[in-house]
Amino acid sequence: MAERPARVARPLSPHLQVYRLTFTFLMSGFHRVTGVVLYAGFLLVVWWLLAAAAGPNQYAWVQWFMSTWIGRLVLLGFSWGLIHHSLGGVRHLIWDTGRGFAPNEREWLARATLIGSISLTLLAWIIGGFVMGGLR
Amino acid sequence: MKLSSIRTPMAKARGLGSAMSGTEHWWEMRLTAIALVPLTFAAIVIVISLIGRNHAAVAQILGSPLVAIVMLLFVYATTLHMRLGLQSVIEDYIYGKGLKTALLIGNTFLTVVLWLACTYAILKLSFGV
Repeated sequence: MAERPARVARPLSPHLQVYRLTFTFLMSGFHRVTGVVLYAGFLLVVWWLLAAAAGPNQYAWVQWFMSTWIGRLVLLGFSWGLIHHSLGGVRHLIWDTGRGFAPNEREWLARATLIGSISLTLLAWIIGGFVMGGLR
Repeated sequence: MKLSSIRTPMAKARGLGSAMSGTEHWWEMRLTAIALVPLTFAAIVIVISLIGRNHAAVAQILGSPLVAIVMLLFVYATTLHMRLGLQSVIEDYIYGKGLKTALLIGNTFLTVVLWLACTYAILKLSFGV
């Protein structure tokens, strides 16, 4: 009977553990993570709209939740996630045109996404919360 | 050897043929993404400006034509974008064929239900019935 040959220890292709953790790598992963979290967060939008359509009694629950600090925090995080994912998407749209792939451009785009998302979130809360009177 | 077909032997054996779809997923992802850039920012400002108001004011503003149309477009583009996005995530990380198919079906059903629920609510507020 032929002897089964011993399994040769072949080299494996490199996987996650050999890659250096770069800022662009983190921002790429964060784009997908925010996408999945926003999917779940959209349930809040559905709840809000259905409660508004159902009437004052149902809407009182939304108002109670939105008045708590945790509700406000969830809303702040949700709005930041939405804006961050939007800017990350714009970055992908720029890449779709074939531009922005040079190392310094990639780094710059990743930084612009993060700085832009924080600034625009503050802007949205200033416009919505103070100019249009949501926070009162 | 003359190359008579570019299909692999495995593809011939399986005989499944073409899925009759190529770039639709990629293209629809981009279309919804472009639409959502202004719609998302508008929706966020609308939501923040309404959180401190009472039900009567919220119902009136959400039911006004411009706000209602922006919100209808927002929930349509968002739920479509959600379906396409989570589809990619499921296809990337779920290996079992049965579980993958079940999740893809569930993803489509859920996003359609969420779209319909939002649309129903906005239209109900708009027409006041």
